[in-house]
Parts: sequence; structure tokens; C-alpha cells
Amino acid sequence: MSAPVYEVFLQKPKGFYDTYERKSGDKTLMHYCPGCGHGELHKMIAESLEELGVRDRTIFLSPVGCSVFGYYYFDTGNIQCAHGRAPAVGTGAQRSRPHSIVISYQGDGDLAAIGLNEILQAANRGEKMAVFFVNNAIYGMTGGQMAPTTLPGMATTTSPLGRDVKLAGAPIRMCEMISTLEAPVYVARCALAGAKEINRTRKIVRKALETQAERKGFTFVEVLSTCPTGWGINPPDSQKFILEKMVPYFPLNIFVDKTDHEGEPYVPHPEPAPSKIHEILRLTGHEVGSFAPGAVDPRYMNPRMKIAGFGGQGVLLLGLGLAQCGMMEGRQVSWLPSYGPEMRGGTAHCHVNISEDEIGSPLVSRPTVLLSLNQPSMEKFEGQLVPGGLQVRNVSMIPAASKRTDIENLDIRASEIADKLGNPRAANMVMLGAYAGYTGMLQLETCLAALPEIVKKKTLVELNRKAVEAGYEEGKKARKA
Amino acid sequence: MAQDAGTNVKGALGLPAKRTPILIKGNDAIVKGAILAGARSYFGYPITPASEIAETASRTASSGPGISLKQEGISYCAGAELPCVIATIMRGGPGLGNIAPEQSDYNQVVRIGGHGNYRTPVYAPASGQEMCDLTMAAFETADRYRTPVMIAADGFTGQMMEPVVFPDPIPALPEKDWATRADAATRRNLISSIFLEPDELEEHNRHLQRKYKEIEEKEVRFSEYMIDGAKLVVVGYGIVSRVLRTAVHLAREEGIPVGLLRPITLFPFPKKRLEELARQAKRMITFELSNGQMIEDVRLSIHDRIPVDFYGRMGGNVPSAEECLDVIRRAAKEGGTL
Ligand SMILES: Cc1ncc(C[n+]2csc(CCOP(=O)(O)OP(=O)(O)O)c2C)c(N)n1
Ligand code: SF4
Repeated sequence: MSAPVYEVFLQKPKGFYDTYERKSGDKTLMHYCPGCGHGELHKMIAESLEELGVRDRTIFLSPVGCSVFGYYYFDTGNIQCAHGRAPAVGTGAQRSRPHSIVISYQGDGDLAAIGLNEILQAANRGEKMAVFFVNNAIYGMTGGQMAPTTLPGMATTTSPLGRDVKLAGAPIRMCEMISTLEAPVYVARCALAGAKEINRTRKIVRKALETQAERKGFTFVEVLSTCPTGWGINPPDSQKFILEKMVPYFPLNIFVDKTDHEGEPYVPHPEPAPSKIHEILRLTGHEVGSFAPGAVDPRYMNPRMKIAGFGGQGVLLLGLGLAQCGMMEGRQVSWLPSYGPEMRGGTAHCHVNISEDEIGSPLVSRPTVLLSLNQPSMEKFEGQLVPGGLQVRNVSMIPAASKRTDIENLDIRASEIADKLGNPRAANMVMLGAYAGYTGMLQLETCLAALPEIVKKKTLVELNRKAVEAGYEEGKKARKA
Repeated sequence: MAQDAGTNVKGALGLPAKRTPILIKGNDAIVKGAILAGARSYFGYPITPASEIAETASRTASSGPGISLKQEGISYCAGAELPCVIATIMRGGPGLGNIAPEQSDYNQVVRIGGHGNYRTPVYAPASGQEMCDLTMAAFETADRYRTPVMIAADGFTGQMMEPVVFPDPIPALPEKDWATRADAATRRNLISSIFLEPDELEEHNRHLQRKYKEIEEKEVRFSEYMIDGAKLVVVGYGIVSRVLRTAVHLAREEGIPVGLLRPITLFPFPKKRLEELARQAKRMITFELSNGQMIEDVRLSIHDRIPVDFYGRMGGNVPSAEECLDVIRRAAKEGGTL
């Protein structure tokens, strides 16, 4: 018989702290039960890190579970994570410090139950981290409850009659599941039982960490591990339990090995010069110039506007155009869309304020100006107009008469005008021009200069320019009349 | 007379001193503000009405349902003293509710929704400019106090477009000697929220409370409108404060002595200022897009010295200025002596 493996705890492994200062009580002994696999695996990881000479750039993630205090031991950077979230924390750590070696060390409750989503997503993204998955078929820390990996028929405190697979499902084989994903470069299952398998495990651990040091990708190592306390079996028999009971269900294998390629070299991402950040954020190049506002009839000043039509008429863009022009003429503006469900069902509207003063509510409930692009919009909103307000109607789409007699109606055949110019969809810009021309609130020059800022497709700027001009003329004519 | 659309911003980086405002969505202003504040990583998940923040990239943002999920992480960050900035663009709840604006997550955000003895500073922007400026302030506060900081906006402030003048980037925040930077200098560092011994954890919690007290002393922000001589004080934040501004203006024109107090930080809450106002005013009203959550902070601040009424809308309805004006008129009448 070979000597029980837990004797190795007595030697201080390389890569551990000299004394465990973060631990209360005895600072030389690990906190694990005698015969527990965690300590053995810790030691293998620490030794590999030391041999690879990468401790300085290693970040060890402790999970929730018996290994929650991993940071007592590893002389590396340490982060203690919420239950199951280590792969998410590791993703952040690795991506913000791309030169780091991240180790996500997790139990079966942590990884295969509460953290199943985190591990699968991290594996699927191919995060550069080494995951060590300690499968001891039980929740150790909380006192021996059934885990996703508890064997069929195995008794635990929450399955005292043995795991009933009809009730609890069959144990999850994580390696097999992870192997179906494209990204992982190394997936292996090994065991901390028997000298031969323990030796093999040491090599696999080393391989996974080497793969990290070379920045080759996501590695997943499942380690079948003893929990003498949770199982109620003495340490030597626990190793037997692994070999005889666990291995048949969780076969030992290298499931994936795609490490036979060059790693991705770490290229530091240079921080842009502060003076460049505005450019990168596209905050430059909007210098549209200064535009003087014209003299405006007081009744058209400080308009609170609603713009409405059906989806596809460019209602939001029309509102945006008005706000953009107002801003360019040095006024305060706000634009608020109807969004979400309001936008479905074919109608859309937005609220625009253009004001000499600070704007209070951006929400326009009692508009002074309503731009109605179709009949349902007029019917829905003209009742809200304040007495004496202005409604600009796209009469191409509104056969009915306005019901309000106490407001001003400006009728524009916007869709027809746009159609003549080549595209009925430019009706919105005809409306913009008509409003500007009629009220004098916005200068034609401003409207034209605003177009490149709001019209994304550069090929459409010319059409829209014509539409604005045509609308402006119509509006101006109506004003004089 | 030519008017200048540009606004003067003192520039030290060779950027034009006169900067043109840009018409931009609130959510986008948060993103750009975050990057100007030095954020270089963003971890998020799309949710209306906060999606633009995820689409545009750089901290974390979500809305009610997602913020509920983030509570675990926020509590851990508070415990481990990790600075981070979390934006929530509040929508209708509970449950999936809807995507229209509400302020129903006040308690979740301000009173904290995670476990443990912690608080998070909360900034409540009310305009596009503030979406940028307060995001930048949030980063500085998070960094200075090593704490998660929240930005609590609503669907309207997130979706609304207003002109924003973007300031210079913040010079790089100081390097963190406590972080795990994966280098020799920080190898001995530990990020953890575990303090096993009761005395240690109590001391840690006392340390956190001292920090929150300092934040309460130094970081309060609020703004006021027509508060001089106000016998009736209306209190509202975010989009509601914008509606109230209009309502107060209209009410003053009718001769009602009303003024607006707008908390810009929800924690720390402008307690002292409210207490002062409670000596001058006879009555207060809080207006919220909720069932009345901030009102408790107002009542606590003034120790119920004067009556505090509440007017709220829910489900995504935002009261109009006229609606608020009616409430103000009624209160003025009932108040009699106002
Ligand atoms: C959110 C949350 N749920 C539950 C717990 C309680 N808890 C602590 S350890 C643990 C089980 C861990 O089991 P496992 O991952 O198998 O690790 P082991 O202890 O066996 O090494 C649980 C459920 C917790 N800390 N947090
Ligand atoms: S309970 Fe099990 S897993 Fe936990 S320390 Fe003891 S033997 Fe190890």
C-alpha cells in the first residue's frame, strides 16, 4: 500500500505563504479536514506556478465553498468571489489586466449549480483563465448536501435515501458539456486517488497553467477529489471511493487538447492621449458654425411642439431636425421620443422644446405647435393644442378637416411636394421647412446647415435639402397671404 | 446680431476652448462621460430603456430587473471596497412591469437592495448635460471613497436628447496600491469581503460607516428654483424636477409662494437644507414617479416638523406641469395662510 497522500500537508509547498497570516489560530496548518483533496490540489497549483515563475502575475480566485480561504495560502494576487461568480470576476480581471494568469478555483456546488451560467459563458467566450473544478460529489462546506455531481444512489443530508435520478436528475458531467463548446483549448478530468492518478493530475495541472502562461486560451480541469468528512468515509477509503465509484461515472480523459498552437502574444493597448479622446468619442467635427436667429412674432416664440405621424414618416428625425436647428441658433432645446410599446402599432410621436430659457419639462402635454403628418395623428393630438396654437398639417395624408376653430392651421401638401422631388419620404423635411418659413422661428440657412448633422445617409442630404427649401417657400408664401 | 452656439469651456489639452454643444441622448452622454472619466471597460446586458449604454460600450448599466440581479455584486463591492459605477435607467415595475419611466427603484437604489451595512452614493441627473457631468462625478466619488456609486435616472432622461457640452477628460485617476494588478508590487493584495472574527467585521463596518458619514458631510448636491420666500416647498428629482420647474414657474405667476428643491444626490440626501427650509415653509410636497419612496427621506430630514404631502404617478405616466400645478394650487388653498 502506498502511504496516504495527506501526509504531504506537513511540508510547506513552494508558492504558498511561509505562514498563513490571514488565518486565525494555527498559522502553519491548512484549514482543510485530514484527507481532503483541496489541500493536495492547492499544493500542485502553487508548485506549478512557482516552477513556471509566474506567481507575480497570477490572480487566484477563491470561490464559496470549503476553498473559500484559498487566499490564506497562495502567495499570489487574491480575489475572493461570490458563490459561483469566479469566472465572471476572472473575465473582468483578465480583460483589464491582459498579462495576468487567472485561476478560477471552484467546487461542484459553486461551478455546476449556482455558477453554471458563468462557467459556460466564460468557457464559450474562451476567456484566458485556468478553471480548476473540484468535483467531490457533495457540498462540503455546508455539511454534505446533494450536489449536481452527487452519484446516483449516493446518500447525502438532502438525499438520505440516495440520489433519485428521477427526482434530481442524473449527475452533470461538466467536462463533457464544456467539450461541446468551440473555444476551450484544454479540457481534462483527473483524480486525486492512487499514486498513478495523482501523478497524472500533477501533470495536467501543470499543463493547464503552462497553457495560461503562453496565453493560449480557456482551460478546464476537473479534479475528482476526496471529501472524507462529507462522505463519512476515512481518507484511504475515500480514494478508493473515487476510483471505484466516481471514475466509472466520470471517466478520466483528456477531452480536448488544442494547445498545439502559438499563444496570442500580449500586446498592451496604448492609452490614447487625453487630447485624442474627444476625437475618438466623435465629439469633434460638429462645429456647424453660428447662426443668428431671425426676428420672430412673439406668438411663435418658445414653441412647445408635438410631432406625430406613422412609423416610417421620419417623425423622430423631423423632431431632431427642429431641435438641432434651435440649438444651432443658440437656443435651449430638448427632444423626447415616444419609445417602446408606444412606438409599435405604427404611430410615432416626439416632443420638442425650443426655448430662450432653461427648459423645464421636456414632456409636451399642451403643445403650442403640432406637426400632424397623418390623419390619426391630427385626431389624436389636435385636442391638446393650446388655444391660438399652430397646427401644420400634411394634407396629402389628411383628407378630413381640422375640428379646432380656435387654432391656426397651416395646410401643406408635404407628401406630394416630396413625391415631385423624387421621394415621398422626404415629406418630413418639407414639413420642417414649412414650419420654419411660416413662423420665422428657424432660418432657412440654419435648416440647410443642420441636415448633414441629422441625416445619416450622405446621399440623402441633397434630396432633403430640396425638400426643406420647397417647404420653406410654401410656408413663407402662406405667411404673406 | 450673430449669436454664438458654442459655450466657453476652459481647455488645457489643446481642444478648442469654445466647444459646440452636441445634441445627444442621455444614455449616450453617460457613456461618453464615463470614458472621459477614464472608464476603459464596461460589463453589461441589454435592457430597455438602458440599451444604448451597452451598445455603445464602457462600468455597468441596467434597469430595475437587471439591477435586482446586480445586488449581489454591489454588496460584495461595498464590502470589499471596490470602486465602481452602476447606472440604472429606472423603468416600470414590479417584476417585468414595463419599459416606461418610473422612479420606483428609489428604495432599491438609495436604501440599498443588497445585503449588509452599506450605502452607495446616488446621483440623480435631470438633463443630458448632467448625464455626462454626474457620471464623471460618480467616477471620482467612487474612486475617492472606494465605493460603488449609482447613477439613478429614468427612462425619459435616458432617451431624451439635449445639447451637451463635453468637458475635458479627467486626468488619470491615481493608481490603486490596493488592487490586484497582477504584478510584483501588488502580489500580496487581497480583495475580499470576508472578516471572520466578529470584532474584525464590526470594525470593518465601523470603518464603512465613517466613510458614509464623510460622504454625507462632503458630497451633498442639490439645486433650487424660486425658493426665496417659498412657503410651500415641492421636492422632486430627475425628470420630475423638470416638470416641477415649469409648474413652480406657473404657480409663482399666480402669486403662490412656492419653490422647488431638487436633490441631485439621493444619498447623501440634502437633509440640512430641507431642515432649514422646514423653518421657512409651512408645507412640503414630494412628487415622484412611484408610490412614495423619497417622501420618507424628506420626512426624516425635517423630523416631521411641517406636513409633507405626496403626489405620485406610476406605471410610466409622467405628470404634466398642469397636473402638478393643480396639486400646488390645492395645497396652497388648503394651507390657507400660504
Ligand atoms: C448565494 C449563496 N448561496 C449559498 C451559500 C452557502 N454555501 C456556502 S458553501 C456552499 C456549498 C459549496 O459547495 P461546493 O461548491 O461543492 O464546494 P465544497 O465545499 O464541496 O468544496 C454553499 C451552498 C452562499 N455562501 N452563498
Ligand atoms: S468538508 Fe470535505 S471538502 Fe470540506 S474541507 Fe472537509 S473534507 Fe474537504
